[in-house]
Amino acid sequence: MEWRRRHVLGLADFSTEEIEFVIDTARSMEDVLTRDIKKVPALRGKTVVNLFFEPSTRTRTSFEIAGKRLSADMVNFSSTVSSVSKGESLLDTARNIDAMKPGIIVMRHPASGAAHFLSRYVSCSVINAGDGSNEHPTQGLLDLYAILKVKNKIKGIKIAIIGDILHSRVVRSNLHSLGRMGADLWLCGPATLLPREMARSGAKLTNDIREAVRDADVVMMLRIQLERQHTAYFPSLREYSRKYGLNSEVFSLARKDAVIMHPGPINRGVELSDELADSAHSIILNQVESGVAIRMALLYLLAGGHHAAH
Amino acid sequence: MKKSVKKLILDAKGVDRVLSRLTHEIIEKNKGAEEIALVGICSGGVPLSRAIQGKIRSIEGLDVPAGYVDITLYRDDLSRAGYQPRLKRTEVPFSIDEKRVVLVDDVLFTGRTIRAAMDALIDFGRPKNIQLAVLIDRGHRELPIRADYVGRNVPTARNETVEVIVEGEPEEWKVMLRESAPGKGE
Amino acid sequence: MLLIKQGRVIDPESGRDETGNIVISAGKITDYLPGKAPKNFEGTVIDAAGHWVLPGLIDMHVHLRDPGFEWKEDIRSGTVAAAAGGFSSVACMANTSPVNDHAEVTRYIREKAASQGAANVFPVAAVTRGMEGKEMTDFAELFEAGAVAFSDDGKPVRNALMLRRALEYARAFDFLIMEHAEDHDLSEGGAANEGWAALRLGIPGIPSASEEVAIARDILLARLTGGRIHIQHISTKMGVDLLRMAKKAGLRVTGETAPHYFTLTDAAIEGYNTNAKMSPPLRGEEDRMAILEGIVDGTIDAIASDHAPHDDLTKRCEFTAASNGIIGLETALPLSMSLLAGGKVTPARLVELLSVSPARILGLKGKGSLRKGSDGDVTIVNPEDEWEFQESDVRSKSRNSPFFGWKMKGRAVAVLCGGRVTHSLLRDVAADV
Repeated sequence: MEWRRRHVLGLADFSTEEIEFVIDTARSMEDVLTRDIKKVPALRGKTVVNLFFEPSTRTRTSFEIAGKRLSADMVNFSSTVSSVSKGESLLDTARNIDAMKPGIIVMRHPASGAAHFLSRYVSCSVINAGDGSNEHPTQGLLDLYAILKVKNKIKGIKIAIIGDILHSRVVRSNLHSLGRMGADLWLCGPATLLPREMARSGAKLTNDIREAVRDADVVMMLRIQLERQHTAYFPSLREYSRKYGLNSEVFSLARKDAVIMHPGPINRGVELSDELADSAHSIILNQVESGVAIRMALLYLLAGGHHAAH
Repeated sequence: MKKSVKKLILDAKGVDRVLSRLTHEIIEKNKGAEEIALVGICSGGVPLSRAIQGKIRSIEGLDVPAGYVDITLYRDDLSRAGYQPRLKRTEVPFSIDEKRVVLVDDVLFTGRTIRAAMDALIDFGRPKNIQLAVLIDRGHRELPIRADYVGRNVPTARNETVEVIVEGEPEEWKVMLRESAPGKGE
Repeated sequence: MLLIKQGRVIDPESGRDETGNIVISAGKITDYLPGKAPKNFEGTVIDAAGHWVLPGLIDMHVHLRDPGFEWKEDIRSGTVAAAAGGFSSVACMANTSPVNDHAEVTRYIREKAASQGAANVFPVAAVTRGMEGKEMTDFAELFEAGAVAFSDDGKPVRNALMLRRALEYARAFDFLIMEHAEDHDLSEGGAANEGWAALRLGIPGIPSASEEVAIARDILLARLTGGRIHIQHISTKMGVDLLRMAKKAGLRVTGETAPHYFTLTDAAIEGYNTNAKMSPPLRGEEDRMAILEGIVDGTIDAIASDHAPHDDLTKRCEFTAASNGIIGLETALPLSMSLLAGGKVTPARLVELLSVSPARILGLKGKGSLRKGSDGDVTIVNPEDEWEFQESDVRSKSRNSPFFGWKMKGRAVAVLCGGRVTHSLLRDVAADV
């Protein structure tokens, strides 16, 4: 197939061919990462702008490294939303940056749909690095890639995702990447954070962590935002951790060769015990590695001069 | 779109004879096979480099290291080309430092692929020297690149294509000259 | 003297639905003649053959944004839009700047409408000062200045005790309180209906319960106090059910809905379309069907547009940051006429929803009827006109509508307000505004 997308806003309308194509391209990018000189000139002369309206060291650094490995010029714009609401609207910010003619904008924003909005007002390509609770497509792809590396397949694999499902853009993207590729997906969390309507996605729902983890091949823990406690989603972190945190005892219910994932950063001792986070079952660092390769792949694919949407 | 075959340049036996001659030349010029490393350029150069590796084994009793490199990420025409070209794999599982690296490709045309391959190699390490072996040299160089070992010189018109088939069994390998759309090369 | 001849006169107030002729003089309807038109009429003649002749339509829920937000709309442009939509009267809400919680603001609105307006404007004053929910406004003084009812619309009266007091106090004067039924604690942070559409797009949800809990409260406070209450823009099935129950119990509760609640669902937010964002939000298909049912069985008394003009800046942005509301004066009638297909809603019922009931609920004397002695407010409709709603049609200052490109059937071709032609698409009749 030929890559025709101008933007990567979400995985909702990605075909399985497109997902596989990105994974394949990421594999070739990993070859670069194994060399001494981890750099190729493919994006030389192209400018990639990191437009982050939410603080994020991890994702932003991952994109920065990915771009630099491809010899792109990386520019960082960090902005807190409050400065935007004091001054520039997102529309004005979009137009201003577009006037500087970047090749690709990577944006993270607290409002769902912000990346879709931006893509309508710039002439370059847009990669969504997370918009509100909507999607985090590069995470969805790197999670799939990381699992494929250790399990060699997705179809039929039982994957339990545990935590604040309601607010998670990682879950929504993973429903498209993992779900569409045939995984047996289970979503688990307290009832206040696991809307019953989620069942329409095709995933199985449970409020019981033991049911979710039992015989799972992959256990993915989501970060619980500490502020959620204050808006009464659950009584206390202590209670949350007791009922929905992953410790060795609960994890023993999973398959012997099960792996543990987490999009990071981890609240150690809350959703994931220290012991498990550092165990051989954890492929969290694999996720980070995979993330650079996936982001390199997308930057490469979007940097082409011709897109169907132009 | 394939047009009519104009001419069969080499049949399977012909390819084999040419490869044998190239192998002897490589061994002779390098005074033995001890420091040689073969790197095939994806995709046509890969089976050719393996064939040469095999021939060196029979002649000198030596297994020289062989790898392959995809030069797509080093091309000078990315983003002019249209849709981003599909990437292939790269595997050079040995150090090329101090080695006499012989790049192997099927057709030498403008020289741009070889330039990209050299850029890639330099990122892998510091070879003693880089040499180039090609099955066919069809002329029309756009850069100052020349091959050290040439299987066959085939003068061509720009709108002709040299088609090298080196997939499947060696018995099916052949080289043909075709007329095709202008601008299409290797 | 003005004669509207040979139209199909649909006047539920006098039980009429027949070919007839209406004579208007000095701003009032002076004569009604069934059947053939009088010969040798001296004065302006409007030929309404093939058209419906209705009592002037009344939109009992619009935002004119004047004073304070005149770049979005003002009394002039808003009433011109109203006339273009077939309305001879509108009731405008109090969330202006300054808020209409003082008699001066009420008088300003009345005076400006009288001198520049293309429709009758009936101000609705705020229930509480500044719409803060803490202190009642001077109901009697506001009424004397021209306010026809009271509402903090845009917001509910959050404190139940406050609403109780307001209802009790108003009861003595038989004043009407209109409530924007929303429980702010339940709706907090939400931007679209809590359901699959919002869940899929990652947009925070507003549960139906937010409206339902408020309607239940409002009905029960009306019951407690014996006061009159009108529930604005009903969007939920349970809301309709509660209203039905209240009426059955003989309580003095009325209710309205807006055309978007029976023509759209939350599926319209697809693609983060900010022109599908309003408060209360578009709900599910079940709710839409229940609203239709409520219109048919009489539970819902009136259709009102909740015309909410907004400028581009506040709509051309991320969904959660966009302001709430859509314009509706120019689409309310054609969208309401879509109710006629299928036969469950008759033309007479439509006139009740858009004229008779609003007049009755707001206590507008001389309106909602074509009887002799009524005000010369008439809406002439071509029920067969098939047209497409385009941006270029819009007379409002704002363009925030999800209905562009919709095929409509039925259109107001002329409107008279006090005998004056305020809107005309008829070739030989010119508007005088």
